[in-house]
Amino acid sequence: MLKLEKRPQPSRMWTYLTPLVAVLLTMLAGAALFAFLGKDPILSIRTIFWEPLFSEFAFYYRPQLLVKGAPLVLIAIGLSLGFKAGIWNIGAEGQYIIGALCGAGVALAFYPLEAWFIFPLMVLAGALGGWAWAMIPALLKVRFGTNEILVSLMLVYVAEQLLASMSLGLLKNPEGFGFPGSRNLQQYPSAHNAELIAGTSMHWGVVAAFIAVILTYILLNRHILGFHIRLTGESPKAARFAGVNPARLILFCLGTAGALAGMAGLFEVSGPSGQVSIDFNVGYGFTAIIVAFLGRLHPVGILLAGALMALTYIGGEIAQSKLGLPAAAIQVFQGMLLFFLLAVDVTTNYRIRWTKREVA
Amino acid sequence: MQFTKLLATAAVALGLATTAMAQDKTKVGFVYVGPVGDGGWTYEHNQGRLAVEEHFGDKVETVFVESVPEGPDAERVMTQMALEGADLIFTTSFGYMDPTINVAQKFPNVKFEHATGYKRADNVSTYSARFYEGRAIQGHIAGKMTKSNIVGYIGSYPIPEVIRGINSAFIHARKANPDVQFKIVWAYTWFDPAKEADAAKVLIEQGADVVLQHTDSTAPQAAAQAAGNVITFGQASDMGEYAPMPRVSSIIDNWAPYYIARTQAVIDGTWESTDTWDGIAPGMVGIGEISDAVPADVKAEALALKDAIAKGEYHPFTGPLNKQDGSAWLADGEVADDGTLLGMNFYVEGIEGDIPQ
Amino acid sequence: MDFSSINPILLLASLMVMATPLLLAATGELVVEKAGVLNLGVEGMMITGAICGFAIAVNTGSPILGLFAAAAGGAALSLLFAILTQFALANQVASGLSLTLFGLGLSALIGQGYQGIKPPPFPRLEIPLLSDIPVLGPILFRHDIVVYFGIALVVAVWWVLKNTRAGLVLRAVGENHDAAHALGYKVVRIRILAIMFGGACAGLGGAYISLIRVPQWTEGMTAGIGWIALALVVFASWKPWRVMLGAYLFGGVTVIQLNLQAAGVAIPVEYLAMSPYLITILVLVIMSADKSSAPASLGRSFHASQ
Repeated sequence: MLKLEKRPQPSRMWTYLTPLVAVLLTMLAGAALFAFLGKDPILSIRTIFWEPLFSEFAFYYRPQLLVKGAPLVLIAIGLSLGFKAGIWNIGAEGQYIIGALCGAGVALAFYPLEAWFIFPLMVLAGALGGWAWAMIPALLKVRFGTNEILVSLMLVYVAEQLLASMSLGLLKNPEGFGFPGSRNLQQYPSAHNAELIAGTSMHWGVVAAFIAVILTYILLNRHILGFHIRLTGESPKAARFAGVNPARLILFCLGTAGALAGMAGLFEVSGPSGQVSIDFNVGYGFTAIIVAFLGRLHPVGILLAGALMALTYIGGEIAQSKLGLPAAAIQVFQGMLLFFLLAVDVTTNYRIRWTKREVA
Repeated sequence: MQFTKLLATAAVALGLATTAMAQDKTKVGFVYVGPVGDGGWTYEHNQGRLAVEEHFGDKVETVFVESVPEGPDAERVMTQMALEGADLIFTTSFGYMDPTINVAQKFPNVKFEHATGYKRADNVSTYSARFYEGRAIQGHIAGKMTKSNIVGYIGSYPIPEVIRGINSAFIHARKANPDVQFKIVWAYTWFDPAKEADAAKVLIEQGADVVLQHTDSTAPQAAAQAAGNVITFGQASDMGEYAPMPRVSSIIDNWAPYYIARTQAVIDGTWESTDTWDGIAPGMVGIGEISDAVPADVKAEALALKDAIAKGEYHPFTGPLNKQDGSAWLADGEVADDGTLLGMNFYVEGIEGDIPQ
Repeated sequence: MDFSSINPILLLASLMVMATPLLLAATGELVVEKAGVLNLGVEGMMITGAICGFAIAVNTGSPILGLFAAAAGGAALSLLFAILTQFALANQVASGLSLTLFGLGLSALIGQGYQGIKPPPFPRLEIPLLSDIPVLGPILFRHDIVVYFGIALVVAVWWVLKNTRAGLVLRAVGENHDAAHALGYKVVRIRILAIMFGGACAGLGGAYISLIRVPQWTEGMTAGIGWIALALVVFASWKPWRVMLGAYLFGGVTVIQLNLQAAGVAIPVEYLAMSPYLITILVLVIMSADKSSAPASLGRSFHASQ
């Protein structure tokens, strides 16, 4: 009978090996799925993982990994702080929406004025919007002890309704013939989060994501606050003895996650997406939760996990159009990847042993 | 500036690739906002794609990507199709408007066709259907058939496309029956079968015996069937499985003729940027079989109305018409211009309630 | 504006139908959470149940068999979650979200070829005599059997949790899994059973939408009801009766909103649509005084170290 035995310390080797094992398992299971659907399994897997990186048109797909990956990484980094400390913000989607609304709101208020300060002001508004939205579950938790998982999740739906209301009402493009959706910020130079170097898709959101990764790495490894976060996650009692103020930690973790998610929303609305519309949000906030876990809550891991997720999205689109795979098959494939990544993670912290008798 | 050099070489290579492609097969791409299995909007566009495949056989290859979110994802999918050698790309959602224009700028040799938008370029056409023509016929049948004089209308979002349909249906229902009233419910969704079912039930409970819908699922049909003496109309697709009752007719989005014609134009090298807004006459708006549940005289009148619209003898928005607040809109015999119709954001006189803002 | 067109009897009757899928899914999730497991994959299990039930009902011609298949499908999918969280000790939040993603994709794959088909009709139960009672008859006694099953399920779950040993053990596992383990209860086994029960209920709720309430199959047709079910459990502060109350309240906001619109009352729809969520937050704040309500081990993984 299989038995798990806790390792005294997480295995270094397995920490690095598990993602590879999971990806290999997914490729095998995915190949079986694609073969079952009557597609060439090897070609399908190759298309998803290889084409975006090394095909003839990789010069276009590689930068697209940044566009797709940056919001995921930026949000996931913020979330990972809280997750490490046992604070569960699953409402990043809402914080992302509110950030985008606030940032776009600032831009549209200044329209058509051209000035250097508009974009920085938008970033500030986006971050503040996300921060404020995350402060609701944070303050309620600190003051009343309400469950932040549920409050933050509820606020996603509230934010979605607000988004619909805004794109049909207040922020609607007055020159848009009555169609829903705001002005396109790509056509408003002072507010446009444009490519910094042409052809690289490197926009301010990508820069912010990289900065966030580096700062978080430093925070977690070199700063007392990072130590407090880790300590609280591992042992709340020990943390209290060490003088950690749990309320301040909650406010910090949720606030940071909210601000980063809000900024991600702002960079998206002012750059790649361009406008506030009814369906502006595409689930980055939820996918980022998965990215945070896939990256083992480690900044560099999150960076890689974000890139992997982005790869399956882009490769999946290519597979759809070149091989005629249904979108649903790609979704199932992504689901399998997540399952395997989550499942094999157990080997990092536990040893699997065969035993003769049932003990547990 | 190594990257720009790379792009330049790639562009040259691409140019070669596309010309090489053009010699054998014409490649047509479709970008869908929903799954092809949504049974409504995307489903009908996909039927159009299948018709293209059938019509041209080996001469044309089609590709599609479904459930593409509006925004950067759409832009990437279009770029990818263009890179892979597509000659013509149909982008089938209003929200794809700016992405289509952006991608079209990068690929001047690829033709783009954007559904329901208003931005065009040398290689971007727009196309849409005059669904309000079909609404006029529905309105007439509804006005004749209602016994409670209450017609329910399930709207999606309060946008011009939907408001135009409500006005057209209302004008013709009133012409057929001066006592008719409209009850309008906004579902705030394009697609949520459970909510659509609820909305239909509410309308029926409040006395409506005709339910018109501007959402794509068959849920309202099933609700009407369960309730008994209520009639409905198919939306987007024929929904013939609910004929002859409750579904007495339908508006069908028929994109196939347009898609075939535009593909042919690309093959012939005659493609030009156009703005197409077609109705019943060219077959873009199909009127589904009027079932036997409709009395013969009403059916004859409805078909006559359809013929008049198809021949261009009659425009559904012909004066005298007033706006809801009583102010004059169209003088006697005056016909609404397309600009006003495209941006329609007011009810005509007689409809109660306000458009939510 | 014409309130007289709103018929309160019909309104209440449709409320009962509207609340049923929510009621089923939320009751299942309540049991899961009582066992100390947070499964955020309700939406994925519902949609899987919706297509499993639909496919079987269409192929066999029996909607009842379809309901069984839906429960089995939901439970089978939840088993994936159980394996991940109970054996591989994966994080429950991430596993649940992945389950939803997987379920949406899987259901769409299974469902190819089932669009535009009408499922066999589901018989409506007209209880003789009772259904003829004025007012109460149409409200209470003219529904399909699943509506009554949903109510019975709430009663059963309430009774089992409160009065039986099984319920006591389940609650003990959810409150403190280490203590429960020390007392000799099989924590993992109990949790897996609870998760599968939750999956079966969610699947049934999904099939209620695809077979009875709508009835048709389209991809993604549950459209977020699974998430509302999750909110409902919290709203109810893990009490079965309040789940029922909450399901009617949530359903009620929708039905009243639609009724007011149809009656020509100008209401801001978006703001009304967000009200159930705001109310839930408010309830959470009020309930927070009562620390006993949330299962103490909720969301934490368990590993017997000895």
